[in-house]
Amino acid sequence: MAQPIVALNNISFQYPNNETNALSNVSLEIKQGEWIAIIGPNGSGKSTLAKIINGLLVPYEGEVKINGQQLNEETVWDARRAVGMVFQNPDNQFVGATVEDDIAFGLENNGIPREEMITRIEDALKQVRITEFKEHEPARLSGGQKQRVALASVIALRPDVVILDEATAMLDPLGRKEVIAAIRDLKEKFNLTVISITHDIDEASYADRIFVMNQGQMVKHDTPANIFSIGNELVGMGLDVPFAQKLKQALIQRGVELPEEYLNEEELFEWLTKSYLIK
Amino acid sequence: MLEKMLLGRYIKSNSFVHKLDPRTKLLGSFYFILIIFLANNWLSYLLLALFTFFAIWLSGIDIKFFLNGVKPLIWLILFTVIFQVLFTTGGTVYAEFWVFQITSSGLINGAYIFARLVLIIMMSTLLTLTTAPLELTDGIEHLLRPLARFGFPAHEIALMLSIALRYVPTLMDEAQRIMNAQRARGVEFNQGNFVDRMKAIIPILVPLFVSAFNRAEEMATAMEARGYRGGEGRTKYRQLDFDRNDLLVFVGYLLVTAVLIGLRFIAF
Repeated sequence: MAQPIVALNNISFQYPNNETNALSNVSLEIKQGEWIAIIGPNGSGKSTLAKIINGLLVPYEGEVKINGQQLNEETVWDARRAVGMVFQNPDNQFVGATVEDDIAFGLENNGIPREEMITRIEDALKQVRITEFKEHEPARLSGGQKQRVALASVIALRPDVVILDEATAMLDPLGRKEVIAAIRDLKEKFNLTVISITHDIDEASYADRIFVMNQGQMVKHDTPANIFSIGNELVGMGLDVPFAQKLKQALIQRGVELPEEYLNEEELFEWLTKSYLIK
Repeated sequence: MLEKMLLGRYIKSNSFVHKLDPRTKLLGSFYFILIIFLANNWLSYLLLALFTFFAIWLSGIDIKFFLNGVKPLIWLILFTVIFQVLFTTGGTVYAEFWVFQITSSGLINGAYIFARLVLIIMMSTLLTLTTAPLELTDGIEHLLRPLARFGFPAHEIALMLSIALRYVPTLMDEAQRIMNAQRARGVEFNQGNFVDRMKAIIPILVPLFVSAFNRAEEMATAMEARGYRGGEGRTKYRQLDFDRNDLLVFVGYLLVTAVLIGLRFIAF
């Protein structure tokens, strides 16, 4: 069995001037090429977890392993090279004065030679389809475009893992769709491992596995189908369930006999059309 | 709001001046300010004016923009000129009252100062109109780099400059948004006396500062996540190239300097 690309073992973390743990005893393992969604209400420790994986925060207990290598002061820069991160606010992570400079910033930091930089920037621009904005300043881009730039600048660094820390939270539905489509494309192409922290339940439904966090603890981890079938429990934690699950529950309330397990929109559609044919 | 700002007003084009190395333009503008003090007679001012207009013509930008650059400063210039006229003594006295004197040398000095200030403003406007802010910071970084040997933080200053420039439009937008939000809650910005107006600025300033702190924090995190750890070991994406045209500019400046010195010491 291949070793996990990200492994957390009994992580606990506390912010200074804070009584309670932001994270307590969190353990997880993520394999190469997996798409993981981390969901949970505000303040459940999702973003803290992401920053710990990237070495931006150091837990007071437990160990982090990236690619089998223990994360400590010496390996932190290797870890950051292996784990790229896209943050929530598209404006506050745009360092460069133009799109190409922003993508170049990360490459410059890692001492990539200029010739290589030029090809990598071209590639990254093409991969997220923003080549025509190459020379634009951030003020002339939409939120979705800026977020695609942020994605391109992470991709240009050729990471193994991409963490999306609520990367689509500030976007409109169209921008959100664009960014998610770009990420799915990239994941296919490079066998990326994606960790997406999100409140958007539709985004979470693309995942291979969903981790549910609540009050600094990992409450559940399972496939989307299994997670969404406990719909009521999720709602109790202040989370939402996908549209198909809501529709199913509404139908059950009205006396339609639907199967127990979670169905996504297509499956539900199929089931409904079939059942109609039988009657 | 952005339209009124002169800083960062850059007109994209592909003229001779636009394609020059930003270092050439920076050094050229500073040098111009230095040599303008060499001029002390009509002929030398005429030469410098011709030089300035030639540079403007080379940039292919409408002279209107340069006059607009002078406009906000015209009262300051006139104020200086009037002082010069009233307080300079010497030469033929045309009029006199109390401590003021209007003399021929006062009038000439006033005219010189007027020409000097207008030419300097035009030259610096030429620099900002033809050089993108990014090129400007690049140029500054390169020019400061020799000082790094003496412990001068050239890379840090250049990074700060480029981030500051990149955030000017973002923060302007934000200030406008906060202003509108406060207006919607009944804050009046352009009414009342001086003290009232100053007080009305607080509800803009405080949120703007707080949000700037938050932005800075988020940005620092994002920069670190992308592997930023200071100036060492970095490569550069942008490169400046000093070519034949830049050499031509320096030759031009040398010629002008030679003629200016000649006019100063030989003629008159």
